[in-house]
Amino acid sequence: MNIRTRGTIPVLAVTLALLGLLTGCSQQKSGGPSGVLTLNSAGSTLAYPIYSKWFSEYHNIHPNVEINYASIGSGGGIQQLRSGTVDFGASDMPLNDKLLGTFSFKIVQFATVLGAVVPIYNVPGIKTDLHFTPQALAGIYLGNIKKWNDPAITRANPGISFPDKDIVPVHRSDGSGTTFVWTDFLSKVSPEWKAKIGSDTSVSWPVGLGGKGSEGVTGVVEQTPYAFGYVELIYAIQNHLAYGLVQNPAGKFIKASLDNVTLAAQSAAKDLAKDIRVSITNAPGPDAYPISTFTYLLIPARINDSSKRATIKDFLHWMLTDGQNDAEKLSYSPLPQQVVDIELKQIQEIH
Amino acid sequence: MATTTDILPSRSGNGAGGRLSSWKRRLLTGDDIAYLITLAFAVGVVLLGVLLVLQLWWQSSLAREKFGWQFLISSVWNPVTEQFGALPFIYGTLVTSAVALVVAVPLGLGAAIFLAELAPRALSEVMTFVIELLAAIPSVIIGLLGIFVLVPVLRIYIGPALQSVFGFLPIFAGPIYGVGLMAAGLVLAIMIVPFIITVSREILLAVPADQREAALALGATKWESTWKVVVPYARSGIIGSVFLALARALGETMAVTMVIGNAPLVSTSLFAPGNTIASVIANEFAEAMGMLNLQALIELGLVLFAVTIVINALARLLVLATTRRGSTHP
Amino acid sequence: MRFRDYRRKIINVVMLSLTGLCALASVSVLFFVLGYLFVHGFKALSWDFFTKLPAPVGESGGGMANAIIGSAKLLLIALLSGVPVGLIAGIYLAEFSGKTFGFTVRYVADLLNGVPSIVMGIFIYTVIVLPMHHFSALAGGLALGAMLVPIVLRSTEDFLRAVPRSLREAALALGASRWKAIATVVIPAAGRGITTGVLLALARVAGETAPLLFTSFQSQYWSQGFNQPTASLPVMIYTYAISPYENWHRQAWAAGFILLMLVLVANIGARLILSRRASPARG
Repeated sequence: MNIRTRGTIPVLAVTLALLGLLTGCSQQKSGGPSGVLTLNSAGSTLAYPIYSKWFSEYHNIHPNVEINYASIGSGGGIQQLRSGTVDFGASDMPLNDKLLGTFSFKIVQFATVLGAVVPIYNVPGIKTDLHFTPQALAGIYLGNIKKWNDPAITRANPGISFPDKDIVPVHRSDGSGTTFVWTDFLSKVSPEWKAKIGSDTSVSWPVGLGGKGSEGVTGVVEQTPYAFGYVELIYAIQNHLAYGLVQNPAGKFIKASLDNVTLAAQSAAKDLAKDIRVSITNAPGPDAYPISTFTYLLIPARINDSSKRATIKDFLHWMLTDGQNDAEKLSYSPLPQQVVDIELKQIQEIH
Repeated sequence: MATTTDILPSRSGNGAGGRLSSWKRRLLTGDDIAYLITLAFAVGVVLLGVLLVLQLWWQSSLAREKFGWQFLISSVWNPVTEQFGALPFIYGTLVTSAVALVVAVPLGLGAAIFLAELAPRALSEVMTFVIELLAAIPSVIIGLLGIFVLVPVLRIYIGPALQSVFGFLPIFAGPIYGVGLMAAGLVLAIMIVPFIITVSREILLAVPADQREAALALGATKWESTWKVVVPYARSGIIGSVFLALARALGETMAVTMVIGNAPLVSTSLFAPGNTIASVIANEFAEAMGMLNLQALIELGLVLFAVTIVINALARLLVLATTRRGSTHP
Repeated sequence: MRFRDYRRKIINVVMLSLTGLCALASVSVLFFVLGYLFVHGFKALSWDFFTKLPAPVGESGGGMANAIIGSAKLLLIALLSGVPVGLIAGIYLAEFSGKTFGFTVRYVADLLNGVPSIVMGIFIYTVIVLPMHHFSALAGGLALGAMLVPIVLRSTEDFLRAVPRSLREAALALGASRWKAIATVVIPAAGRGITTGVLLALARVAGETAPLLFTSFQSQYWSQGFNQPTASLPVMIYTYAISPYENWHRQAWAAGFILLMLVLVANIGARLILSRRASPARG
């Protein structure tokens, strides 16, 4: 070999060695009693903050368990679970029997916490909480209500002067359980919405910008003046965004909080006993928040790997007992005791 | 340029006879092993390409059977009712690429002319080097700057300025969000300008000096000689570079998806949000609801791939035509 | 001089200055990008950034250590899978190929080069992720490796062809068999060019995000082995950039700065090595 190449080969060798060293540093045996057990999950962005906290805490308690969560939206969670590329999924929209039929294996659904979808907005100059009627919300996303000073909005907010500017509605561009909850509510309060658009994780939006994930919607509203969006309560709080009050069936304007979301769940107690997949939007009750929802973990009923199965069952148990204490700090309402009891028994269904 | 094939055209064995048959003997010398191994890898490359096309074709079969050619002209993209039409994305891809070209071609050609005709050699080399580095910037980083720098600037300064002067045109009408087709077109322009500059510069440098000298001898100014003689001479090559840049722009994903507004709509205004084929795949692939949705997205990928092949082929033909041409010019 | 000549002179000066401005604008974009990343990203660069895992959503602190290692791992897989294929196929094209098959291989390589990176991601998803039933670093690395193949193939062939005939003839005249001539004389002579070609190709795929979106996916932890999803720098930049969290934005700037620096250093280094290359006929 001639002299000139003496330089490049060692350089290549050293680079390869370095890369190898780097990878080696993070290498651990996977599975087994002395190694790390990795579980992969994906789905709801609505529940991402609480799941992120839970998985982190569970990892602190059980350092050999790493539960990976990709916040790609409920639609993504369902799809990845169906393809078998994740161990379990997360969705704000419960799977109805029709959807369950598209799976080649049985799924057990566990409600985890209660969340609230709130309207967020960014109107320069307005710092107070705005009141929104259901018709106003439907109108904005149908494209009928185009400007901030439209009577549908100003009527509910006397004394506040609105600018004559276009509303920029922001919706989810990905398959979203939050979208499902929002459109489920709109379908209940607006016949026009129900007829034209309907409710699902992904709908055909007549107007507006798309944001990817709750994170994306929050980001767009944050950066775009006169924007309007819908996200889980915690995203509005964590990012210091103003969120509005929504009028419930009893006529009161409610600002989402732990208590009034719990009230919404309580009003559905009878239905919950039959099936925990109940929709609690537009719940009756004078102080209930009208856009509340359960969010669910979708677990395959049959898990072949014994260590994965044991870990998931243990996590579910922890989640239903100790984990519920974390919910309030992140502005989610803990599950009603009735649901906890049902689900503790349901863990047995995983085999 | 030489290869060992030229020097040793026949692979003759080591003489006739001997106890080992000739092919075994050749094997022992290693030449044929080398040939077979390298051939295997080359075949592997071809197989990779074939497999890619086949997979795209097979995995989109459901969608292709269901929608047929309607797929390309239907503008409804509704995962709920399972109706998928590619028109909004084809539209978005075309519009953003058009905007990118409108901005990048004059800019790129102007810079290429400067670098090839005016700048002293050393300066030209250094500047070209820097511009080549621009092409190496990852798309996601351009997107990062797009979200936090370009979009606010568009929304606060450029958009309103354009609208106040040209607002009567439908392409500049409508609300200005900052994100949208125009923002996507502009980030694409940033990414394709280096290709136009480097290739056009090479082509311009290849124009024989006698062309320029003839023009100057006839009394033309430097600009006239460049614009009226040199550039037309290099015309096909420059157009080739534009096609090359276009092929690159069509497939760009990350920067576009970060600033385009993600709405599957066909709008006349450039300020409106939209989607390109690449950006909708990036957004929806991981969460496509159901097989049909997934396959419709794969079919979109197939469409994009097909278009990119055609444009790339055209580009290479054009560039080839220029470099092969002698000093005559039709 | 008549008016017409004045006009032509003015147009001359104006247009030529415009072209100068175009060139200046194009060049300054790079410096703007670098500068902006530096100013915003530098503040977020800390020891934590390089050593810590991401913190739970919404909480401050945390770092991108797993993304840095993840990207290194992906590049290693890409290197090991894509470079040998491109290299050896390139050797075939330069040294052994006939006309028609050579044309076919080159054509397919051009095709592969033109594949939009997201389509490559789809391809790997269907052939690797789905059958394996999970996202993995392996899938991500292979997607990047597949993108490396045409680039490395082209540059290897070009640099091998640039080795002059005289070198090969000399080796063969001394009695070396063909493969020995190639292995011990031709390839080393083109060695520097081939290495820089590989380096440039690696720098190119290091920044790719789209093919990783549904192959190596994401992870909040250290990447385990090759069969699990892994965090990577470009995907993290993307995820953090579109989020609403200020803390994440700052980390995105920092990560962008690191990534850009690595890519630029590789590019500048490669070109410097190439330009200092002595003519292969000597020595």
